[in-house]
Amino acid sequence: MSRQTARTGDPRKVNGELFTLTYGALVAQLLRDYEDDEEVNKQLEKMGYNIGVRLIEDFLARSNTGRCNDFRETSDIISRLGFKMYLGITPVISNWSPAGDEFSLLIENNPLSDFVELPEGHSALNYSNILCGVLKGALEMIQMDVDVWFVQDQLKGDNITEIRLKFNKRLEDAVPAGED
Amino acid sequence: MADEILFELLHMEIVGHLQRNAQKDEQDQCIAKLESIGFRIGQSLAERFTRDCSRFKDELDTMKFVCKDFWNTVYKKQIDNLRTNHQGVYVLQDNRFRFLTHISNGKQYMEAAPKYLALPCGMIRGALANLGVNCVVTAEVSTMPACKFQIQIQRG
Repeated sequence: MSRQTARTGDPRKVNGELFTLTYGALVAQLLRDYEDDEEVNKQLEKMGYNIGVRLIEDFLARSNTGRCNDFRETSDIISRLGFKMYLGITPVISNWSPAGDEFSLLIENNPLSDFVELPEGHSALNYSNILCGVLKGALEMIQMDVDVWFVQDQLKGDNITEIRLKFNKRLEDAVPAGED
Repeated sequence: MADEILFELLHMEIVGHLQRNAQKDEQDQCIAKLESIGFRIGQSLAERFTRDCSRFKDELDTMKFVCKDFWNTVYKKQIDNLRTNHQGVYVLQDNRFRFLTHISNGKQYMEAAPKYLALPCGMIRGALANLGVNCVVTAEVSTMPACKFQIQIQRG
């Protein structure tokens, strides 16, 4: 029998299982280290933030997008280009607030939580919280202050995974003191 | 399918996170943690990759699987050189190891190399453990970005 693993067409992609299992091992380690769901959420978000601030450069270089005119356009690019390019999924955008400053990303099959079942006693854990950090970090680098949080999670028995984004304000370029 | 840069950034951040949160005297523990994370990944990956394989003939055959298929899936290249003394020591040489290619090639960051190799070492150990081979894996770098993984089989 052949042992050849399927060669993937796109050289920029890695095996999804590798990625998912790596993330899983990280979360497991954090749970052992901190023993507190809230603290793990915080650490995951922080790590995501650090990834986001770097990822945005790669995104801008590869996606060839210009400035967004409004938050709706941003939401569209996050879902259709960002998620598609990096995770191969296209979340559905919905639940816009009347003011147009808040929306939800609905994710049907979150690749991060393949193979995952939350053990009992971890109801406060947002397993994929790293995504919130990535979005926050990436958007902050393009002058947008945004809050990102989990509303629903299929891992907790909800029908869908929902991440909510709220636009706070545009960040102005801050010039270091004494430089202007 | 995830993008490779996500995987690389994730690994960088795992190393960075453990490093930041370790006290000065706990550097060894940081390496040990990375190794154990790697072990877990390697173990489950080997389980999935060998699902449809025929049984390995012997130890060397298992080792070849790690050098070819396993390496290819994880790092998208094969090991460049495999040596063995036929007494339970295998040396895997990768001339362009993926996690080192983003680090400057000079001698300047040589000291930083071990922590980027701990998780990969654990992955090898985990994969082999899953295939019934108990071993100790260590890595060494003489010139970036090449590195050697030494696998010492534990018998008995």
